[in-house]
Amino acid sequence: MGFMDFFKSSWGVHPDDHKRPAADVTARRIPVPPRVYIPFSQHVGAPARPRVVVGQHVLKGECIAEAQGNISAPIHASTSGKVTAIGEITAPHPSGLPILAVTIDSDGDDSWIATEPIHDPFALAPADLARKVAEAGVVGLGGATFPSAVKLALGLRSRITQLIINGSECEPYLSCDDRLMRDSPDGIIGGIRIMLHATGAKEALVGIEDNKPEAIAAMRKAAAPYSEIRICPVPARYPMGSDRQLILELAGKEVPSDARAADVGVIVHNVGTAFATRQAIYEGRPLVSRLMTLNGGAMANPGNYEILVGTMVSDLIAFSGGYKGEAARLIMGGPMMGSVIPHAHVPVVKGTAGILAFTATEVAEEDARNCIRCGSCIRACPMGLLPLEMVNNIRADKLDGAEQLGLGDCISCGCCSYVCPSRIPLVQYFTHAKGQLWAQERSKLRNESTKKLAVRRTERIERETREKAEAAAKRKADKAAAAAAAAAKKETTGA
Amino acid sequence: MSQLSIAQAAPAAAPHVPGKASVSRTMFLVQATLVPATLYGFWLYGWPAIFLFLLTVGSCVFWEAACIRMAGRLTKPQLTDGSAILTGWLLAMTLPPWAPWWVAVVGGLLAIVFGKQVFGGIGQNLFNPAMVARVALLVSFPVPLTLWVMPLPITAAAAPGFIESIHLIAGTVAIPDAVTSASLLGHAKTELSRGIDLLHSFTGEHAPVISWIGARAGSLGESASLLIAAGGLSMFFLGIITWHIPVAMLLGVVIPAAIGHSVNPARYLDVSAHLLSGGVMLGAFYIATDYVTSPSTDKGKLIFGFGCGFLTYVIRTWGGYPEGVAFAVVLMNSLTPVIDRVTKPRILGRDKRGRPLQIKD
Repeated sequence: MGFMDFFKSSWGVHPDDHKRPAADVTARRIPVPPRVYIPFSQHVGAPARPRVVVGQHVLKGECIAEAQGNISAPIHASTSGKVTAIGEITAPHPSGLPILAVTIDSDGDDSWIATEPIHDPFALAPADLARKVAEAGVVGLGGATFPSAVKLALGLRSRITQLIINGSECEPYLSCDDRLMRDSPDGIIGGIRIMLHATGAKEALVGIEDNKPEAIAAMRKAAAPYSEIRICPVPARYPMGSDRQLILELAGKEVPSDARAADVGVIVHNVGTAFATRQAIYEGRPLVSRLMTLNGGAMANPGNYEILVGTMVSDLIAFSGGYKGEAARLIMGGPMMGSVIPHAHVPVVKGTAGILAFTATEVAEEDARNCIRCGSCIRACPMGLLPLEMVNNIRADKLDGAEQLGLGDCISCGCCSYVCPSRIPLVQYFTHAKGQLWAQERSKLRNESTKKLAVRRTERIERETREKAEAAAKRKADKAAAAAAAAAKKETTGA
Repeated sequence: MSQLSIAQAAPAAAPHVPGKASVSRTMFLVQATLVPATLYGFWLYGWPAIFLFLLTVGSCVFWEAACIRMAGRLTKPQLTDGSAILTGWLLAMTLPPWAPWWVAVVGGLLAIVFGKQVFGGIGQNLFNPAMVARVALLVSFPVPLTLWVMPLPITAAAAPGFIESIHLIAGTVAIPDAVTSASLLGHAKTELSRGIDLLHSFTGEHAPVISWIGARAGSLGESASLLIAAGGLSMFFLGIITWHIPVAMLLGVVIPAAIGHSVNPARYLDVSAHLLSGGVMLGAFYIATDYVTSPSTDKGKLIFGFGCGFLTYVIRTWGGYPEGVAFAVVLMNSLTPVIDRVTKPRILGRDKRGRPLQIKD
């Protein structure tokens, strides 16, 4: 840190990264588990619709659920075997609520379905490439799990000039992207070239944090023949991998708060996604496995493992060598933004970048104290928010006040909670408040539609009464007319 | 297999690894940086200063414990955060080193009970507790609060011994006139009000001098100006405080002092007299930087710090009291919420008014 850095305001935090020694261990492959549990919802958007039946035999890579809606992704069998159940299992989520999943009893052969590799993707139209990626069920592997094909197709609608490839991996403890960049740089570069072609972007900037020199060297070597791909080391600082921060750092562009990256001509993809894209095109293989990090003080053999989607976390940990000491908390994802999983009987999904088992000392739980207004959270916030003021508003139940302070711009990165000397769970407050606001919005919409229905009902009743009255009046008039006519007739006949 | 299912009490929110900062650690580090200045003060003013210091800190901790007990809150986490000790410490640094025992006890009561706990305890107070006590003491008991003594190093022959010091603090023995002396700012003010300008008032034999090593009358925090500044710098390098408030506050004093002195040296004290006298150093590094009562944004800190410094200069130069740091800080404390409101940082992706940025084509 240079002297002048003291005078620059700098967002973010510098947690101990704990990436080594796990990052330096050669990646290992976990054998095919006896049974895999594949949820239908592993991505942002609508869950996939099942298209297999219980008892059916499936091959590895066979589509078992198809995308439904514009933003969705299909799901493929991660190994060959028999579908033994389609039902609810515990979701890999802190709530531990049930989620719909396919259970496949593996037959041990792990035999692939016939694939259709494409040898010259650059001869294909961008739209066809995007379709192939969509069919392969590729989603953002950095954790956001946004269907990748949707982003690729954006290039056709918005004018995309730059592709930003996120290899920063700023979360502590995780090293799967690092490992992938060291071991398969050519695969990633191949994926980036496909993405460039699909989006029409002129150049790709690969951001890698400078705490991964081996990855930077490997990627530089692989990217050397392609002048349109630049490897850009970025300072190691959390949350460098957040898209808005990375776009600002690499492209120098600030994404307006109400816009998406594509609106300023940029698309961000993760290195793992680039690799999966290459697999999907050159080998025709859908996304059924991924590299992920097992780490944490309570993990006996920290390292990176290639794991089939749907593997139970308990199987995974047992295969890797189990726990070391007492695990106090199990985390899916990184320590800064990952979520607690209720127990180890949940499956690994496409977006799982790591499973961390922390000891009680690592977690170091402490009760929150009063805020001493030290302002650490303000200096740490990468979005320029006032976290302490927002919490004050939320605690006083002034959700509007928190919203005006920019609650909606909060990216839940956890920097504020991390630096807080009083251990106030700020992110917890923000998540709660966002949920409340969302619920309020929903109930407002519901009230409005109820009101609309009520108004229509009143109108209908009024109309019906009016019509009835009119009909009655008409009947009466008819009757009277008929009576008058009869009387007239009588008179005539009588006369 | 039993280990594979982990019973977890409640879902905990991310992040799952805590940072290193804690309130107790911060308070401890602040106190650690104050140690050299305090020990130097002890050496300069001897046993009475040590007793007064211990009494003030003890009084603050006592009142803190009493309030927490009365409020029915958990005693241990609140008492161990070290904030009451720091408040007492800072208050003791601003008192005349030979002040009587009851000044310490009442000071602790004013600082902790009326300065902090009535607002709801740590983090809730509007005004700096040590400065609230200092101002209230000065206004209520002007005589003992302005009775300064010349440094009489603890090793000097004339320095009061242990027992004699107890008598001095207990008030059973009066402070001998020979050791008392006016502070520099006090002397300047008195003489100016008598119509003697600065060029003449500082020529006498007994006139206070500017001393870089603290060889003149003053409080613990005043005599050790340089050590206080060094402590402040170490807090900056430890990341406890940012540079904004100290630099702005010192500039707030230095700029008007430099202008005034160059215009009329007979009427206005020079820059070094202002910087090394009274509580400016202690105020700039330790008092005004109090997290709770100062703005939390960088821009706000600059405004706040400059205001503290400038008001200090105004009070010293034209006000009724010779020293104004405590008043200046308390006045600026009251502006903190307003300053915070008008100095909100720009949100990423939005302009200064909070509207989303326009996309440039």
